[in-house]
Amino acid sequence: MWDQITLLFKDYTFQIVALGTGFLGLLSGAIGTYATLKKESLLGDALSHSALPGIGIGFLIIQSKELTGLLIGATISGLIATAIIQLMSKKSSVKFDSALSLVLSSFFGLGLVIMTHIQGSPNAQQAGLDSFIFGQASAMLVRDVRLIAIIGTIIFLLVIVFWKEFKLFAFDSDFGRTLGFSGKFIEFLMSTMIVLTIILGLESVGVILVSALLIGPSVAARQWSNKLGVVLPLAGAIGFVSGISGTIISSIGNRIPTGPSIVVVLSIFVIFSLFFSPERGMIVKRSIHKKQQKNFMKQIKSLEKEHGK
Amino acid sequence: MTIITEITLIAVVVSIACALPGVFLVLRGTTMVSDAITHTVLLGIVLAFFVTQDLNSPFLIVGATLMGVFTVWAIETLQHTKLLGDDAAIGVVFPLFFSIAIILITRYTGDIHLDQDTVLMGELAFAPFRRLTVFGIDIGARAFVTMMIILLVNVGFVTLFYKELKVTTFDAAFAAAVGFSPVLIYYGLMTLVSLTAVGAYDSVGSILVVGFMVGPGLTAYLLTHQLKKMIGLTVLFAAVNSIIGVRLAFAFDSSIAGMIAVVTGIVCLLAFTFSPRKGLIQNSLNRRKRQKEFNEKIKKVY
Repeated sequence: MWDQITLLFKDYTFQIVALGTGFLGLLSGAIGTYATLKKESLLGDALSHSALPGIGIGFLIIQSKELTGLLIGATISGLIATAIIQLMSKKSSVKFDSALSLVLSSFFGLGLVIMTHIQGSPNAQQAGLDSFIFGQASAMLVRDVRLIAIIGTIIFLLVIVFWKEFKLFAFDSDFGRTLGFSGKFIEFLMSTMIVLTIILGLESVGVILVSALLIGPSVAARQWSNKLGVVLPLAGAIGFVSGISGTIISSIGNRIPTGPSIVVVLSIFVIFSLFFSPERGMIVKRSIHKKQQKNFMKQIKSLEKEHGK
Repeated sequence: MTIITEITLIAVVVSIACALPGVFLVLRGTTMVSDAITHTVLLGIVLAFFVTQDLNSPFLIVGATLMGVFTVWAIETLQHTKLLGDDAAIGVVFPLFFSIAIILITRYTGDIHLDQDTVLMGELAFAPFRRLTVFGIDIGARAFVTMMIILLVNVGFVTLFYKELKVTTFDAAFAAAVGFSPVLIYYGLMTLVSLTAVGAYDSVGSILVVGFMVGPGLTAYLLTHQLKKMIGLTVLFAAVNSIIGVRLAFAFDSSIAGMIAVVTGIVCLLAFTFSPRKGLIQNSLNRRKRQKEFNEKIKKVY
């Protein structure tokens, strides 16, 4: 087993894929912190599903599987979907989650229509286009990892430069506006970061599971600290570790897809944090609750004695 | 009966069966919980298959439905801990179950007659070829018979518990005060949702089911204020959307369920824009009118 792992780390393909998924986990864990704080974590789910028609249309236009072209298509259709969701939930009595589910399924349906249409056409390059639905981390190339690294660095620089502003708007956007910060600009910057992170994850983790990468790390990290300065890097670290260990598991095991195994590792982090966090964990809370009950019973009994029943 | 008529018929039955519980999901604002259910029943289907070894077994449907109910319970429990946001709870639970299902399917894909693509995307085009025979007599396409039964169950539930559903949906606190149990009705509804999702997975696929559930209900919600009218409109839209969708899918030679989902989305967006009561245009007209009135009032005062 151990030999297998050391051998694995020397393997070139593995190094590329692990680096890619690790970066991806780091990025989405850190950026996802803003999404969960803003209570918009499911928006990521809708967004990733809505990217599918963009990928199909991008392929129809450029007639090749050139990643950048497909990702631009995905970004555009993701942004259109977000705009429709915001419009529906803000300008009418439609609830946010209804708008989410409607847009998610219609766009995904459109994606399927385009994909099945392409599959009927004679262009031989289309094979493997549907790997975007489940993701195919093992197909990652050096240039993909480079793309993730470049965009990731830009996003992290933005986070450092606008740290104060992002923090303010993640917690209390109204207060931010009253202080005179430009709400529209900051909100646009934040959602663009989230969209880009999701799009980068599409190829390796797939449309359906990429939102888990966004939500899981921050939920786990949130249990260990109340400070954004701790939660955000911790979420990044959890994402990074999950990305790499998921890749290791899928490389060692027989026929285990990478995306799902990353999600399973991530979920173990989440469950562990929810149970065992020293301050707010479920186990600590339960024991505090029991103690309080005991104390209360004691007080009642002593009162009973005092008043002679 | 030609193939296309039979496909249309199956599509209509599937759509109406899905749309009926969807009415209450839209009104309650729990559609994303149903999205989670439609993903996790996949794990139920796989696990139940390991036990029954038969994709056509009724126990498979029961087992998978139970997984849906378990999902609802897990999400609710997480939400009650207040350790994470309500939406994050949904986003944590379903990817885990779904991932386990995908891993199991990929690992044992040789042994199971289940592959990712059909389970997730479904294929209505093949539905008429999977026949159901009882004592050697062909009684129709399997998808049609299964979904017809599920549709009847849904209709039965909604008519029997109409009053309870109505009162718990619009005012849960009042319902609890008068002696109805909102929790029981909620779980009943969610059981139906997961039963329907299980029944629909091989024709529609587990991702699009949520669109079939939410779309027609949301369209009807935008057009009326009355529950009974809303249910009627929902059934109507479900049927019309799927008839148009099947025709278009044949014209473009593409995924049928996908096309129905697209038509559903477009129809709903049209209702959202043009609805005479709650539509986008009407709303902005109303706002302008109010602004004008307000301006005139202000002018009068000065």
